[in-house]
Amino acid sequence: MESIALDSRLISFSLKGTDSKLHRPEDYGKAPVLGVIFTCNHCPYAQAWEARLIDIQRTNAERGVQFLLISSNDASKVPADSFEQMQARAAAKEYPFPYLIDETQEVAKAYGATRTPEVFLFDRDRVLRYHGAPDDNYEDPRAVQHAYLRQAIDALLADDAPPVAATRPVGCTIKWK
Amino acid sequence: MDASTPNALMTPTMRIEFLYWRECPSHETALARLYDVLRDEGVTPSVELVHVGTEQEAARWQFPGSPTIRIDGNDIAEPPEGPGQFGLTCRAYRTDDGRISPLPSTEALRRAVRAARERAHT
Repeated sequence: MESIALDSRLISFSLKGTDSKLHRPEDYGKAPVLGVIFTCNHCPYAQAWEARLIDIQRTNAERGVQFLLISSNDASKVPADSFEQMQARAAAKEYPFPYLIDETQEVAKAYGATRTPEVFLFDRDRVLRYHGAPDDNYEDPRAVQHAYLRQAIDALLADDAPPVAATRPVGCTIKWK
Repeated sequence: MDASTPNALMTPTMRIEFLYWRECPSHETALARLYDVLRDEGVTPSVELVHVGTEQEAARWQFPGSPTIRIDGNDIAEPPEGPGQFGLTCRAYRTDDGRISPLPSTEALRRAVRAARERAHT
């Protein structure tokens, strides 16, 4: 499945979050940078990158950056990815971003997402400017040499082009129904 | 001869199984890491590579996720989710400093190889 191309416009959605409220990208219209990040509970790649995503959101919140995390996995195949487990994880890890459930998997298919985690980063005009992995080292945050997502955010906030616009997403496959 | 050095001991015959699912990206790195440890520990590398491609195969191999490494039938680590969970999924390992990783650390592999060597000599 092909993901949406760079320079594509954001595809809107309305998904329930672990706070039981509906969330749309338009609700964050003032954010100069918006990240739509497909992830899940159970995947070790998602877990390995989770603290970094939390940190990036927290340290960039004052600059108006907003992440929306989406889990599209079929929970009947992976019970650890159920909505209740998502709520538990979001609470335990004190997620500073909405964690949304894509129950029909339509959003993942619309974006062409295939992996967890997989980052789609949009600028203030909601044009896709970075797509791929959060950085180049899932295993060890201390060994990261290219912090793709952080660098893309910094660039977009300065109205510059991200130094790296696309990388291969690395992670578990999305568990399709 | 110092009995703690690998070459001081007869190279043990270890039955090493490396089970993996192609859709999980870490298996090549994990396999390379395993071979490095085996070489450093003086173990003749004889690794059976098993690609687990269906849920039925996962159940038959009691495959908790990719990659899974067994030495003489013993898994090198306890799956974080506990025993009895099998399927086509990527496996989580816990690092020594408590983080989650998609592949076992070099140190974890080394400990497993040394433990297998000790079992073989007792």
